[in-house]
Amino acid sequence: MDVLYFAWVRERIGLPKEKVETSAATVSDLVSELCAREERYAAAFADLSALRVALDQELSDFDASLTGVREVAFFPPMTGG
Amino acid sequence: MRIAVQEEPFDLGAEANAFAAGDDANGAIVTFTGVVRDLASGDLDVMEIEHYPGMTERALTKIAQEAKDRWSLGDVLVIHRHGRLAPGDRIMMVATAAPHRKDAFEAAEYLMDYLKSRAPFWKKEITRTGADWVAAKDEDEDALTRW
Repeated sequence: MDVLYFAWVRERIGLPKEKVETSAATVSDLVSELCAREERYAAAFADLSALRVALDQELSDFDASLTGVREVAFFPPMTGG
Repeated sequence: MRIAVQEEPFDLGAEANAFAAGDDANGAIVTFTGVVRDLASGDLDVMEIEHYPGMTERALTKIAQEAKDRWSLGDVLVIHRHGRLAPGDRIMMVATAAPHRKDAFEAAEYLMDYLKSRAPFWKKEITRTGADWVAAKDEDEDALTRW
């Protein structure tokens, strides 16, 4: 699936988008897999309360299932307007 | 209903005129414009606005549709810029047209409240000495509870 990062999450991880091969069942499982990869992921995901997640461009949450999901995005709380 | 996410500036007067033109069913038109505010120190060089192409348009359309479902509105306009902006630049505008002003005012406030924390934009303030992501405010999240 495509995994996208925005704002300081993108800066901390060092890339805007990557393809991830995963069998993670939920967003939390995917986060754990990413954190186990490299320190920069663990740093970005250190405080999940400071992060939001979107599944296929709809806001979701970390308990949500990844079944059928093609695009996951992680970002800080939004600051539009 | 028109939703525009764009890098280029918009002409506030022209947009407001076009939005209001030829409409005799709506007695009230409200427009709100957001402007890049300088820091208290006066040091802001650039405000960089990042967004999530695709999701941004979807989120704005959903917010505008919810406003239309909730109030008696003739029309809704949302324009939001991204990219590099300078202090004083116009970031975004919303306009609402309704038969009566209460609907137009309330819907415009609703649009702004939701746009602040449910549309995927992120602001970064760049000064000579560094760059900082603007943190979301608790009060912006709290503002949603009134609707």
